[in-house]
Formats: sequence, C-alpha cells, structure tokens
Amino acid sequence: MTRMAATRDGYGDALLELASNPKVVVLEADLGKSTKSLHFRKNFPERTISCGIGEQNMLLVGAGLAASGYIPFASTFAIFTERAFEQMRNGVARPNLAVHLCGSHGGTHTGTDGSSAQSIEDLAIYRTLPNVVVMHPCDDVSTKELTKQLPDLNKPSYMRTARNKTPVLYDGRENEIKIGKGVVVRDGSDIAIIACGVLVHEAMDAANELSAIGIDVAVIDMHTIKPLDTDMIDKYANKCGAIITAEDHSVIGGLGGAVAEYIVGTNPIPMEQIGVKDRFGESASSEEMLEMMGLKSHHISAAAKKLIARKH
Amino acid sequence: MSSKSISELEEMARKCRIEICLMTHRAQAGHPGGSLSEIDILCALYGNRLNVKPEDPKWEDRDRFILSKGHASPGMYAVLAESGFISHKDLESYRVKGGVCQGHVDMKWCPGVDFSAGSLGMGLSFGMGCAVAAKLEGSDRTIFVMVGDGEIQEGSVWEAAMAATHHELGNLKLFVDCNNIQNDDFCENQMRMFDIPAKWNSFGWAVKVIDGHDMGEIVESIEWLDSISDRPAVVVANTIKGKGVSFMENNPGFHGAAPNDEQLSIALSELGA
Repeated sequence: MTRMAATRDGYGDALLELASNPKVVVLEADLGKSTKSLHFRKNFPERTISCGIGEQNMLLVGAGLAASGYIPFASTFAIFTERAFEQMRNGVARPNLAVHLCGSHGGTHTGTDGSSAQSIEDLAIYRTLPNVVVMHPCDDVSTKELTKQLPDLNKPSYMRTARNKTPVLYDGRENEIKIGKGVVVRDGSDIAIIACGVLVHEAMDAANELSAIGIDVAVIDMHTIKPLDTDMIDKYANKCGAIITAEDHSVIGGLGGAVAEYIVGTNPIPMEQIGVKDRFGESASSEEMLEMMGLKSHHISAAAKKLIARKH
Repeated sequence: MSSKSISELEEMARKCRIEICLMTHRAQAGHPGGSLSEIDILCALYGNRLNVKPEDPKWEDRDRFILSKGHASPGMYAVLAESGFISHKDLESYRVKGGVCQGHVDMKWCPGVDFSAGSLGMGLSFGMGCAVAAKLEGSDRTIFVMVGDGEIQEGSVWEAAMAATHHELGNLKLFVDCNNIQNDDFCENQMRMFDIPAKWNSFGWAVKVIDGHDMGEIVESIEWLDSISDRPAVVVANTIKGKGVSFMENNPGFHGAAPNDEQLSIALSELGA
C-alpha cells in the first residue's frame, strides 16, 4: 500500500538534518507545531528564534541574519507569509539575501479552516520577485530533498507545503530531486500534464483513467515553479503537442501562468489549465475542496478529452 | 575607529550639511530636511564610535549602522564620504544612473551601507537579525539603527520593538530622529504619537531623551547606549527638520524637495561654505 505523508513533515525532517551546519537557524511565528520546525526547536533551541505572531518582523530578522552569514529558515502558514510580501520584496529579494521562507497549509487542500487560510495566490506573488526561487513539492521525500539543497542556493526561496497527507512518490528516488528540474513521473505521448503539489497525484490518477480510453498521457512533477524547467517544457511540448497544467492555486499567475507565458513565445500549442478559477474557497474536507474547485482527476481527464479534440 | 573631539565632530557635520545641500541641488530631487536633522548623530557615530574599516567595508565583525529612514540618504552618503568609504566625487552620483549613491541607501550599490532601505519600518527588524547573529557568534559588535519619528507609525516597527526585548538584545541600539515632520505635514497633523519615550519604555527598552543637535549630548548618549547590556536601548533625539539652513528649518516643504539655485546660494552662505 502506498505510504501517505504530509509535505510539511518533509520540511521538518530536513531542518533537523541541516542542523549539522552551525549557520542554519530557524525562525518561527508561533506556528512551529504546524509547519514542523518544532523538531528543530526542540533539539536546537539556541538556534531557533521566536518572532511571536509577527511575520513582517520575522522576514527582516531573517534578512539581517542572512546578511551576517547565517542561513535562516522561516516558516508560517502560506497565507500569513503574504502579509510580509513587501518585506520579502524589498528586504529579502531586492538585496538577494538567502532567506528561505516556507509557507505551509497552502492551497484549498488545507480544508476545514476555510477560505481565510487557503492561500491560492502565494506561488503567483512570489514568482513575480526577481532572485526568488519558488517551489511546491508533492510529497514528503521531495520536500525534504529540496529543503536540504537550499543552503547551497545562495538566493532567497519560497516553498509551499501542504497540511494534509498525500501519497508518497519518491521513496528511494531521492536522487531524482533537484531544484529547478522537473521530474517525469509517467511518460506518455498524447498530452503532457505539468502539475505541482497535491495535484501531481490527481494527475497520475487522471493518466490512469485516460489510459483506459486510449489516451497516452505524460505527467511531469514541476516542483520548482521558478526557475521553470523550460528544457523539460520544450521537450514535452514537442513530443505531445498539448499541455495541461494542474495546481491547487489560482489559474492566475501560478504554474499555469508560468507555463503559458513560456510556451506562447516558443511553441504555442493547445493548453488547458486546471486550477482555482478566480474564486475563494470555504470550509470543507480536502477531498471536498478539490472536487468543489474542479481539481480532481476527473476534471483533469475532462480537460484532456477537450484538448485532444483541440489538437485535431 | 577614529576619535574626534566635539569641535571636530561639529566641523564634520557642517561639511556634511554643505554636501547635503549640494547633492539635492545637483539632483533637483531628494530629501534634505531629514538628512539635516539626522546628520549630527551620524557624524558622532562615524566620527567617534563605530568600529568599521573604510578600506574593508564588508569586514564581518564591524559594527553595523542601519539607516532605516533610507530616504535621508544624502546625510548617509555625506558621512560615508567624510569617513573614507566613498569619495567626494561619488557624491555627484546621487540619483544618477549607475551611481553608487542610489536614491535610497542600498547595500548592493554603496560601500559602507549595511542595509537596503527605502520602505519605512524595516530597518529595526533587520537590525534585530544582525543583533541575533552577533549574539549567536559570541561577537561583541554593536548594531545601531536609526528610524524617523514618522516612521514609527509603521506597525512592524513595534513587532521588532517587542521581539528585541523578548530576546534581550543588549547589542541593539536605536536612535529615533524626532524632527516632528513627515512627508505631507507636521506629524501632529498626520498621526499624533503622544509620548514617544513612554512607548519605548513600555516595550521594555532603556530610554534616554536628548537634543539631537548638541554634539556633547549626542556623544554622551552613545556612551550611555554602550553602558546598557541587558536589553535594547533607544535614544529619542529631539531634532529640527532642515537644521542649519534657515528656510528649511521646521518646513515640511523641504522633506522631499531640493533647493533651487538661489536657495542653494543662501544655504551655502549660512553654512559657511
């Protein structure tokens, strides 16, 4: 049976492993229990800085630490990182200080907390900032691997993790995970589904559904939204001639926006976007939210059928 | 670190005031008022206190000075030129394409600048990060920050104020340049702040109030800041916006406006240029 885990646990595990580097410090804004930085705090309290419920201050304390030779990892809910957007823009990205920001509980998948907690715009806003690397991994293994690679990045980053458990894809495949490199999790030739986060699993289910009706679909885990793996997009745009993007995020400005911006100037093939259609969510379970927002595998399959028609 | 007498510091400030007028006149833009209010304190810090190396501006164990009110950059650039971080020729690059003297102080552009400012309310948090780093390293370097009085209307300043005392950052020192004027008008018309020293005191900071243009008082206040080691400390400096140039003094019009030719000539004459 497939192992289930939450990506936020991968983040917490990675911080513990990174602790052997004495320059790694953790910043919290009263949500360490949720983002999973609490394991680091428990073992390395002297290198864990509580910023209280004050995200704006936290981001800039991180900037000051980074400017002083430390490698700060700051986390809170994805939605609360957004109130510190200008600090991220002017205090972190602009001077290119390597503060690593993790926004947990991202997307509508976060569920019953309701619309105030469901960040559906975080990937879009951070993607607009020069110097910032933006990631949204799909399982705990890839989250851990990507997080462990951050100290060598020497640039700021934003990573979205999710609250709830999803199937683990990469057990034993850690060496396939590299910042900025998409992973072909299933090959195919009719359509390429480029997905991130929770929607990678829905895309895999859709690929199985479509296979049964003779549509051969590739699934690419685009865990790094910026810099975008354009080599991978070139290859699959040529090979499949049609793309679906899939994300638990607004259709405006996220992974779908990034892919569309790229292919319109290189290889403008038919494309469909699966994502939150410019609306807010509400309180419901993760599964109910994905269904309500049109993010389930059957929604992807329907888009695939439409796309096949557009191709011909 | 150099050690200048009170009269030498006063002379340094006079020269810097001249540069502030020249820079803003040349650019026909910029912020002379807040540069003139802060300049005596900056001269005391750079002339008499900061352990920095102009020949090695990125020296890791240097004291830090973070100008959070980054629009008052002409004052900062003038002091950096007087201290040897940049040349006086560099001052001509203020607000000019490719120049080290960007409109707002920027650590990526100008040697000796420790923080990229421009958006108010950010420097104290950044300084807190620098102070935490120094403490983690076991370094005795000191972090000085300057904010404006209008600036402390930004809520995030108080996040930092609260966090700095929670973490007992005795190596974090703050100057509030209280010149009573902000962009649009006098502070009392924009947002009354009532008792500023009491606010810092209530957040757990050690507080001292001084005349921010009395060089003797400024030097003593820096010694007082250095004597506090168990918590962050703040000097609330009462200053005059535009200090030293008669028509700029207490004039909200010179928060963000440059002198014209005639005004420059009056200013230079008043400053003994």
